[in-house]
Amino acid sequence: MIYLQLLWVFIKIGVLGFGGGYAMLSLIEHEVVNHYAWMTTTEFADMVAISQMTPGPISINLATYVGYTTAGIGGSLLASFALCLPSVIMVYLILRLFMDKKNSALLDNTLKGLKPAIAGLIFAAGLSMMNLQNFPDFGRGQYNISVIICVLAFVASYFFKANPILLIVLSGVVGFFVY
Amino acid sequence: MKKVFELFLSFFKIGAFTLGGGYAMLTLVEKAVVDRKKWIPNDEFWDMIAVVQSLPGVFAVNTALYVGHRVAGTKGAFAAMLGAIIPSITIMLLLATVFREFRDYPVVESVFKGIRPCVVALILAPSLRMIKSAKVNWKTAIIPIATVFLIWWCKISPAYVILAAIAGSVIYAFYINRSAKKKEAKP
Repeated sequence: MIYLQLLWVFIKIGVLGFGGGYAMLSLIEHEVVNHYAWMTTTEFADMVAISQMTPGPISINLATYVGYTTAGIGGSLLASFALCLPSVIMVYLILRLFMDKKNSALLDNTLKGLKPAIAGLIFAAGLSMMNLQNFPDFGRGQYNISVIICVLAFVASYFFKANPILLIVLSGVVGFFVY
Repeated sequence: MKKVFELFLSFFKIGAFTLGGGYAMLTLVEKAVVDRKKWIPNDEFWDMIAVVQSLPGVFAVNTALYVGHRVAGTKGAFAAMLGAIIPSITIMLLLATVFREFRDYPVVESVFKGIRPCVVALILAPSLRMIKSAKVNWKTAIIPIATVFLIWWCKISPAYVILAAIAGSVIYAFYINRSAKKKEAKP
């Protein structure tokens, strides 16, 4: 049963995951945290951090972790392959269709319309992780270290395009000394 | 057969050594496939990336499948895909095992307490950059705002939101295509 659920969840994510790994976060979070409750919101955040620091495609890393947590090694392989399955089918069908210039302009314009929605999707994933589990010292004591980390990391990432892995490591070091 | 094995090896190396996901892999794939092995000419490669980029799914896997298929048919496609994902799956499995073992240690817990708010920032930042690059104006701002509202506030499954967005975008694309044709027909 768990295998079927994993298969269905990750095929769905493979089909609907427009816009890369980050865009898939919202889909994965909804299924894994809200719908099936396979993990808590803190474990989800930890998983994203680990996936970010591991080489290879982030979404494959996420699928492997979710599969492993829910159904062991078999689950992790199944989830990763389920995620790739739609791609395999698409490369054989759609790619041939859209290599044609005329059709590819249509696809391009579709994507242009889709982009603002995907941006909203990613933003929603970030917002729903803003809770007391991930910001444990919010409203407690006078220093809200977690809020400071979040704001500084945001500024560094958005305005200075800082390396995300460096930011994760730095905030880990801060966490080590503060908490 | 030699090409199939070479494809596997090239993508395995790329999969094992690139941090930061699919887009970071792109330059390495270009170096391997276009410059070193000369499997695909440069402009064809970038034309293909433009198409692959707009497909859903794992970007790196889509790229591997296409390059593999173009170079050595079905076998090549699967060899390249497996090469791209096997390092990821193996390393992640090891890390997941270790992490779940040591997660409850106070040291690990305090390190991740610091990391979690950073992860939130790392998700919010690219979404805002995307809004900027999509050239959202006051009229189209309703799209991302509605998306956030539906998913975050109403807890509607993002899957439905994406399906609705796709439907809207396809209609928009057909409309653009038609008005572009009308403009061409006029003079």
